Amino acid sequence: MALLDIEDATCHFDMPSRQVVKAVDGVSLSIDRGQTMALVGESGCGKSTLARLILRLEPLTGGAIRFDGEDVHHLQGHALKRFRAQVQAVFQDPYSSLNPRLRVGAIVGEPLKAHGVPRRELSARIDAALTMVGLPSQAAKLYPHEFSGGQRQRIAIARALILRPALIVLDEPISALDVSIRAQILNLLQDIQSELHLTYLVIAHDLALVEHMSDVVAVMYLGQIVEWGNSETLFSDPRHPYTQALLAAVPRPDPTFPRARGHVTGEIASALEMPSGCRFHPRCPDAIETCRSIAPLEHMVAPIHKAACHLVDSAS
Amino acid sequence: MTDITRDAEITTTEGQSGFPFIAATVLTIVVVCAAFGPWLAPHAADAISLRDAMTPPAWEEGGESGFLLGTDNLGRDILSRIIAGARVSVVIAAYAILLSGGIGAALGMIAGYFGGVPDSIISRLIDVQMSVPSLPLALLFASVLPPGEGMVILVIVMTYWTWYARIVRGEVLSLRERDFIALAKVAGVSTPIIFIRHLTPNILNTMLVLATLQFGSVIVFEAGLSFLGLGIQPPQVSWGGMLSDGRNFIEVAWWLITIPGIAIMASCLASNILGDWLRDTFDPVRRQL
Repeated sequence: MALLDIEDATCHFDMPSRQVVKAVDGVSLSIDRGQTMALVGESGCGKSTLARLILRLEPLTGGAIRFDGEDVHHLQGHALKRFRAQVQAVFQDPYSSLNPRLRVGAIVGEPLKAHGVPRRELSARIDAALTMVGLPSQAAKLYPHEFSGGQRQRIAIARALILRPALIVLDEPISALDVSIRAQILNLLQDIQSELHLTYLVIAHDLALVEHMSDVVAVMYLGQIVEWGNSETLFSDPRHPYTQALLAAVPRPDPTFPRARGHVTGEIASALEMPSGCRFHPRCPDAIETCRSIAPLEHMVAPIHKAACHLVDSAS
Repeated sequence: MTDITRDAEITTTEGQSGFPFIAATVLTIVVVCAAFGPWLAPHAADAISLRDAMTPPAWEEGGESGFLLGTDNLGRDILSRIIAGARVSVVIAAYAILLSGGIGAALGMIAGYFGGVPDSIISRLIDVQMSVPSLPLALLFASVLPPGEGMVILVIVMTYWTWYARIVRGEVLSLRERDFIALAKVAGVSTPIIFIRHLTPNILNTMLVLATLQFGSVIVFEAGLSFLGLGIQPPQVSWGGMLSDGRNFIEVAWWLITIPGIAIMASCLASNILGDWLRDTFDPVRRQL
């Protein structure tokens, strides 16, 4: 059974102008225990909203999200508390994710306190978590502003893993960091994953960064999943024109590397005025007449590989 | 060479926000007078001695060393009355700040954090309250309630809680979007604990600045009410009441009105200066500078 099962999840926001923003519109995904799933897409495609839905920070307007078989958005009382201990998150901006008024020890230890871990165990467990992310235990006595961006992200990771959760949602965990320390943080995340048998949902807008880390990749465009598949097959054989364009945009340090086809122009459409038919058709280099009127359905194009595009044939 | 020295000077003056000794001394004197007034005052505040009436301050011609700041038309010692008035001002300011700050911050936090219906109710309440001018409100209360400290505190709290509520609401509106609030929810932290551990410490700076600003304006407001005869009633002494009494003799005895005026101005100014310094000091980011 999948650890996390998202079924036709939607999240619509009503605007004062009576328009509706369809931030997430019918997303179905599932993540198995121990897997790393990458969710990629441009800014504004709804990937962060989907993360907030999984964390139960936004209300679902349709569909269901099940964690370990239980409907996350209907949990109450003790069951909700259990869920809160099982799912943690690391956000993009390490300056906003640490309360500037609390010492690092209090920040890292907060989840323990919230779940009633006895006071005498706190400092040993905070020490262990800080050691695991490569920080000295004296760090617990300092305030967040005394650390650099990379160190702050380590603090945020220590806090996320201190309860030994099953799933950690990583929302752009390295994009706010200096290029020189991104690799360190990525390696740290991978080491921790294998040590604690964690399941990751990594959100990113840059395919190159998730390529060597993820088992499964889902590509999101305007609130929907356009392609989903095993990391290797998706990177070697992208089927959806949008995925092809994203991959073509990744700079390669090899001048002989053949330039991929598929130029995408323009901006992502407004979530207020969704294009008719396939949502990608106004920007798609290969769009045909059908794309303008009929929304494509997601279909299997290979084993463990789905795409939602009229131009991609189903696997027999 | 000269440039280097100039840079060094600039760094020292900007880098250390020096402790405001004068302001702190003034406020300490006011608070000590409020606490230990009866033991410090050379005379009883209401001791009438018509023989000594209208004695000018000791350094003026005709002044007496027994009445350092002179006496009023009934021969009461001005210094002793200033000391007694400090007690009234400080007690009223303390109650008014605690009550209006507590009520305002609590309502502001609820409005900002929960939004929706609670926010609409509280925001409309603030709008209504702010549209009521404080002086007519004081007149209304004065005609309904027995005048005195309690009534003055009530009028001040009703006028000033909106300050706190409005500003705290705005601060919390931006705070609740910060990731550490979302992460606290993700970690299973309960809403009351989020209020206590995450919201309150982050609005404390603002509260401190507002409270010190309010200390100054409460003293002025209370003096104004007492000056108009709506606030503290004789024989209780207040700085505003002293101003009002001295007004009749402004041409013959300048000290009757100048000395309480200086007391009001000095304590108001000192609390503002000290508040600015406290704000800079308590901010952990700026503390490093």
